[in-house]
Amino acid sequence: MGALVFAGGVPIWTLSAIPLIPLALMPDASRPTPDSLQKLVLPEPLRLDCGRVLDHVEVAYETWGELNAARTNAVLVCHALTGDQFCASDNPVTGRPAWWPRMVGPGLPVDTDRYFVIATNVLGGCMGTTGPASLHGDGEPWGTRFPVITIADMVRAQRALVAALGIDSLFCVIGGSMGGMQVLEWAVQAPDKVFAGVPIATAARHSAQNIAFYEIGRQAIMSDPEWKDGAYLAHGTRPDRGLAIARMAAHVTYVSESALKRKFDRGLQDRERTSFSFDADFQIESYLRYQGRSFTDRFDANSYLYVTRAMDYYDLAGAHGGRLSDAFTGSPVRFCLFSFSSDWHYTPAEGMAITRALVAAGADVSHIEIETDKGHDAFLLEEPGFESALAGFLSASAKRRGL
Amino acid sequence: MSVRADHLAIASRVPQGARVLDVGCGDGALLALLRDERGADARGLEIDSDEAGLALSRGLSVVQGNAETDLDIFPDDGFDVAILSKAIQQMRRPAQVLAELKRIAPRVIVSFRNYGHWPRRLALLTTGRMPSRRSWYHAETLHPCTCADMLDLARETGLQVAAAAQVSGGRVTSFRSSGFAGLNWAADEVIAEFERA
Repeated sequence: MGALVFAGGVPIWTLSAIPLIPLALMPDASRPTPDSLQKLVLPEPLRLDCGRVLDHVEVAYETWGELNAARTNAVLVCHALTGDQFCASDNPVTGRPAWWPRMVGPGLPVDTDRYFVIATNVLGGCMGTTGPASLHGDGEPWGTRFPVITIADMVRAQRALVAALGIDSLFCVIGGSMGGMQVLEWAVQAPDKVFAGVPIATAARHSAQNIAFYEIGRQAIMSDPEWKDGAYLAHGTRPDRGLAIARMAAHVTYVSESALKRKFDRGLQDRERTSFSFDADFQIESYLRYQGRSFTDRFDANSYLYVTRAMDYYDLAGAHGGRLSDAFTGSPVRFCLFSFSSDWHYTPAEGMAITRALVAAGADVSHIEIETDKGHDAFLLEEPGFESALAGFLSASAKRRGL
Repeated sequence: MSVRADHLAIASRVPQGARVLDVGCGDGALLALLRDERGADARGLEIDSDEAGLALSRGLSVVQGNAETDLDIFPDDGFDVAILSKAIQQMRRPAQVLAELKRIAPRVIVSFRNYGHWPRRLALLTTGRMPSRRSWYHAETLHPCTCADMLDLARETGLQVAAAAQVSGGRVTSFRSSGFAGLNWAADEVIAEFERA
């Protein structure tokens, strides 16, 4: 199974072209809404990097496994841009399966028989945590009135949740992509509350190229007439075309050229020859259109703006006088980084820059680069070398913590 | 699991509690020994991700990387001892790697095969073929050298020999701090401990 396969196991190249027609949102009455998910209201207002203060912040979260008596076995799983708190069980709202089924569960590397696993939806997200789709005090959705948030703000919300759950320190914080940024941020904000940190397929800052791709996505959303200056929920519209295009542009950066060539090359979609039209002649076009369209059913366009902005603003070195190693001086956290050879979204070189800084800071760091052609999304897919190395690191770390 | 004699010999040269970098640490067997027996803060660099993964499972800290290009991530004097076990002759640029090790740690332990060992000299003399277990074009050794050659390189790098031992048939002699010329004839493999000159 790979990223280039539909949910349900239908290989992408068997599908016909899917037109980019925004479907009227038909709420499925049998499914709950994000509002009904498990959440906790933070006891204190949240002070944000932008200077504003958010009152009544709700954080949606899921847990698996049992917290031990000493409360030392908690693992926080941080999700990527389009992820959610359902890393180890199906999402009842979207009906989608767990997003990290090979990694989190009984007997898996993040072993729910051994650890108490917590996953939250990030601040600014759209799966139950306070974000631009949430209602403001005036009863209307926040929309673009929502403050611009940062990765550090997301972590502040997570820290408040973890504290409210009665957990003083985490055994491990783990996450890929934007989740990896949160791991690094946790280690910087609360080094004495993280025993082990596992940043995966991530970077300590967004490159110009990263910002460029996400700006294309944001412009696509904001150019959609249905976006209505961000007030589409109040208008009863949805900027699905823009959001779909945003997803298409971003998705290209999550897969490698060699995987695209292997899966599609220049293959045509259900036809013998090109049609001399702008139909989805090529399989890659059909695939991307599907990726874009299916995304709009499960993600809020304004959340996409806010969360991508948080990533663009992320620059850990910049926040520490320009020297990344200064962010980690004296850190007691045991780090284990993973990068993937064909990842051009957050390249192995970006990962190595983090490792270099951690080594310079005197931190305890391991770093494995996994050889794969699956690109950035490799961390979500079957990569036995990755899984066994991570399992080894966690198991040895658990032993060291006396778990 | 039995402990290799050359690992024990190397461990005997590592001070208690030292910060050690093992370059080309493989599955971390030596690092685990250094940690468990010498209380060392033991880190590794390993090019193969599967081997590095095994080292992780031992609870060791290992960075996957290439000794020829990635040693620059380690700061000057970041370690007390740097170890390069049975790898320097496989390097494309052994002089550069040795210089990096000297920068990273004041003490450098290097083990290598001695092509000056008399049976190898005899084999070359009598057969006219390179003394190698595999065909020369399959050999992993890119830079076969003798013990004397290695000591020359160390000198040029600004290192001097503090002690050396010879390894033959899996047995290691005790370290000595003089009489290195004899090693060039007698030693199958050499473990040399260098210090900055």
